[in-house]
Amino acid sequence: MIEFDHVSKHYDDGTLAVDDFSLTVPSHSCTVLLGSSGCGKTTLLRMVNRMVDPTAGRVLIDGEDVASLEPVALRRRIGYVMQHAGLLPHRTIVDNVATVPRLRGRRGPDERRRALELMELVGLPASMARRYPSQLSGGQQQRVGVARALAADPNILLMDEPFGAVDPVVRQELQQELLRIQSELAKTIIFVTHDVDEAVLLGDEVLVLGEGARVEQRGAGADILLEPVNDFVREFVGGTRRRLHVEHRDGVPTVVDAAGAITGRLVEQ
Amino acid sequence: MTWVWTNRDLIVGLTAQHLLLALPSIVLSLLLAVPLARLTLRAPAARRLLLGTSSVLYAIPSLALFVVLPGVLGTGILDPLNVLVALTLYAMALMVRTASEAFAAIEPDVLLSATAQGHGRWQRFVAVELPQAGPAILAGLRVVSASTLSLVSVGALIGVQSLGTLFTEGYARGFLLEIAVGIVATVLLAVALDLLILGIGRATMPWAGIVQRAGAVA
Repeated sequence: MIEFDHVSKHYDDGTLAVDDFSLTVPSHSCTVLLGSSGCGKTTLLRMVNRMVDPTAGRVLIDGEDVASLEPVALRRRIGYVMQHAGLLPHRTIVDNVATVPRLRGRRGPDERRRALELMELVGLPASMARRYPSQLSGGQQQRVGVARALAADPNILLMDEPFGAVDPVVRQELQQELLRIQSELAKTIIFVTHDVDEAVLLGDEVLVLGEGARVEQRGAGADILLEPVNDFVREFVGGTRRRLHVEHRDGVPTVVDAAGAITGRLVEQ
Repeated sequence: MTWVWTNRDLIVGLTAQHLLLALPSIVLSLLLAVPLARLTLRAPAARRLLLGTSSVLYAIPSLALFVVLPGVLGTGILDPLNVLVALTLYAMALMVRTASEAFAAIEPDVLLSATAQGHGRWQRFVAVELPQAGPAILAGLRVVSASTLSLVSVGALIGVQSLGTLFTEGYARGFLLEIAVGIVATVLLAVALDLLILGIGRATMPWAGIVQRAGAVA
């Protein structure tokens, strides 16, 4: 369980990245922080592994204040995936996956076998083990990033727009892989994104964040799509694009949004 | 060619002295420049000072530096130490800039991600920053190696023995062959050292070629 207890982050230049934010993330669930860039969602994520320290409030993991924990040791027991995988270009794929075990001074056949298992888990063929990151596609690199985050078998996964830089088809593949992995491993995930569809698909709970990480709405993804509580959320989740009606065009029932743009076709289930 | 054979001891001896001045300067410049470049990376004022000083230093004529250094260091005018210190300073002036730019060019995402995985500062430097900056530093080292090997010869003008002695003697005696031998020996040394550095780079940084090739394709 991760708790944000009235956290704020003031920067010296006067910006208020996070303003009095509180949240409890239950264990084994995926909570999505949804918001546009600059809303403080990445700052919140980084407070968990102490890459950012809050200027007020506390972050607790299973009741323990992270401020009392040594940052480097803390980070090694939390998986972190970012938008550009940030793999070490000079290490092979298998060595990249085994980064955290290596940092803990463990390198040997067991670690290697475990890294290969993780590659399989995220859908990478073992033949890629000896390649370098620059020899992989963006989507494959993200898979390596996920495998690396899982290498130390952490309870917590922090994911910062992990699929934001890959094309839509690959993104959907990766989202499905994540759902499958999560159904097997049941990690406590905080997932940051600005993609509404992604948030709804992946989040057990979704928080729509406004400026300063103010919580505009929280709840199940479907509720946020169907019952936005205010104009901010209504606009953020798509505005006119979510208000749909059916028109008959050449006798075919066609779904059209409030701005008059065609979004799809009504079919029999 | 008989001259070369009868004077082989002289030539070998001068080559050894040449190397004895050049190698420590090259190695020292690397060992000093890399930490200096890294330590000043996130301190803009210090970095500007370091790079500025390097540029000014490099602009001082070598002969002038050889002559001034005994006064500064308290060494004798013929002490090879003067040449060694001067060469190290020049090599550092080149190396510091290369190393500083090499560290600055590392992808911020790679550093951020290394921190997020739980690298401590020192671990990040050794396991991430050095390997990332390595290929560029190595390229700089090759330039430094060539330039230092040729600069050593200037020491002959103030009487410090090296392959440059073959130039000064050959010039004084109007003996072209001796000058030619000096040039050939210097070039051979430079090529040999370059190949050595390249070999060390290939052995310690097997990824460098792959990353470059991938970069060229992308």
